[in-house]
Amino acid sequence: MATSPLRWLLPLGVLAALILGWEAVVKLNNLPPYVLPAPDAVLATLVKDRAVLFASMLVTLQTTLVALALAVVGGVALALLFASARIVEFSLFPIAVILQVTPVIAVAPLMLIYLSTDSAVLLCAWIVAFFPVLSNTTLGLNSVDPNLRDLFRLSGASRWQTLIQLKLPTALPYFLGGLRIAGGLALIGAVVGEIAAGSAGQGSGLAFRIVESAYRLNIPRLFAALLLISLTGILIYAALSLLSWLVLRRWHESELGGRT
Amino acid sequence: MNAHPSDIAPRPAGEGAPLLRLSGVGKRFANSVTSLEGLDMEVRAGEFVSLLGPSGCGKSTALRLIAGLAEPSEGRLDWAADEKARRAQHPHAIGFVFQEPTLMPWASVFGNVHLPLKLAGVGRRAAEPAIMEALELVGLSAFRDAYPRELSGGMKMRVSIARALVTKPRLLLMDEPFAALDEITRFKLNNDLLEVWRRLNCTIVFVTHSVFESVYLSSRILVFRARPGRVSAELSIAPDQPRDEAFRTSPEYAALCRETSLALARAMDAH
Repeated sequence: MATSPLRWLLPLGVLAALILGWEAVVKLNNLPPYVLPAPDAVLATLVKDRAVLFASMLVTLQTTLVALALAVVGGVALALLFASARIVEFSLFPIAVILQVTPVIAVAPLMLIYLSTDSAVLLCAWIVAFFPVLSNTTLGLNSVDPNLRDLFRLSGASRWQTLIQLKLPTALPYFLGGLRIAGGLALIGAVVGEIAAGSAGQGSGLAFRIVESAYRLNIPRLFAALLLISLTGILIYAALSLLSWLVLRRWHESELGGRT
Repeated sequence: MNAHPSDIAPRPAGEGAPLLRLSGVGKRFANSVTSLEGLDMEVRAGEFVSLLGPSGCGKSTALRLIAGLAEPSEGRLDWAADEKARRAQHPHAIGFVFQEPTLMPWASVFGNVHLPLKLAGVGRRAAEPAIMEALELVGLSAFRDAYPRELSGGMKMRVSIARALVTKPRLLLMDEPFAALDEITRFKLNNDLLEVWRRLNCTIVFVTHSVFESVYLSSRILVFRARPGRVSAELSIAPDQPRDEAFRTSPEYAALCRETSLALARAMDAH
C-alpha cells in the first residue's frame, strides 16, 4: 500500500470529486457568485487579482516565517535554560503555559493598543508558535538515556560535551516534531493578528484581504485568498516535513519506511 | 595482599594480585532502601569474576561503585597502588557495558565506538586504528558505517563491547550484558568474550543472574544474597579449563552448575 499509486490517486480523486460536486451544485442551482462562487470563478479571480493577492501572501508568509524563526530561537534558548537549572523551569514554565492557554485572539486587541500593527501581528504569531518549540525541546532535553549519561560521565565528558554530543541529538526529533506544529500555529497566529488588525482598517496580509472581501461581498476573492492561505500552510508543513526527513532519515524510527 | 603489586603481570586467569578491594561497603539510596551492607570482596588482576545473584541483591550497585558512578555510603574501596597511579594518568581506564546496548542512534557504528576516545579529545583520524581494532575484536569491521537500527540485538551488543574496549581498559565491567539476547546469540557472544579476555589480558567483572553463564565464563564466582546485599559464597573454577562446547556438555560443567545452583539457593534462603 505504501508504494502503490493508489496512495496518491485516492486522495486526489476525492479532492477532484469534491470540486466537481461544488461546481455542479453551483451550476445546477444557478447560485449567484456572491452567495457561492463556482471553483472556476474562484480560479479566474485568483488569476485576475494575482498582483494584490500574491503580494498579500508574501506579507503573511513573511510574518509567519519571521515569527517561526523567533519562536525557534526563543523556545530552544529557554528550553536549554530549563534543562540547565530545574529552578528556572519551575519558575517560568507556568508563565509559558498561561501565554499558551490564553486565546491569542483575546489578547490581540490589547497588543494593537501598545504596539505598531506589524509588531502586534508578529507577536501574535510568535506567542502561539513559541510554546510547542519550548515544550517539545524541553521534553527532548530531559529524555536522555540514563545509561548513555553514565557512559558520558565515565568517559569524563564536560558539561559542554554532554550538551552538544548527547542532549542536543537526543532532543532533535522532539524539537522537529514541535517545529512542525509550530509552523502551522505560526500561520494561524499571523492570520488571527491580521484579522484583529485588519478590522481596524490596517494591514495587507491574506487575512486582511479576506476581511476586506467579506465587507465588499467579493466572495470569489474571499475564496481565492482562503485558497492561498491553505496553500501557504501546506507549503510550510511540507517544507518542515522535508527538513525533518533530511535530518532524521538515517536513524530515527519516525522517518523509517517511507514518509507519512 | 602482594607487597609489590606492580611486579605482577596480568595473567589470563588465576591468582593475580588484588586489583581492588571492597571492605565493609554499604550503599543506601535516598529513599532509605539499603542495597548493600557489609560487602567484602576482592577483584584480582587478570581474572574473570562473576557476581551472581537474584534480582535486587545489589550486584549491579556493586558494579556501579567500582566504576565510580556511585559513592559507597560506608566502607572502603581500595585500588592496588599501581592501578591508582595508572588511573591518575588515565582516569577513564575502565570499560563499562550495560544491560542494553546503549548506543547513540544518531551515530554510526564507527561513531559510537569512537565516543570514549572523542570525549578524551582524540580526533577521528587519530582514533581510527584503535576503533578498527576494537571492531575487529568483535567481528564487526564490515559494519563500521551502519547505524544501530540496522543491526540485530547481538550485533548492537558487540558494538557496545567494542566501545568499552576501544580505550584498552585493564578493567572491564559488564552489567548483565547478554540478559536480553536469545540463547544461541548468547553462547556465541560468551565464546567471543572469552576470546577477547584472553587476547587483551584484562580483568573482567561480570554481573549475571544465570548460573550456567557464570560457570561457563568465570575463573571465580561470587554468589550474592539479598537484603542486605553481600557475598554469601565464593566458588573457583579451574582457570586452565578450556571453555568450549566440550566443556559446556561435560559432567564437570554439570557438577559445577549444580554446586553453584546450591550455593545460590542457600543464598536466597539465607534471610
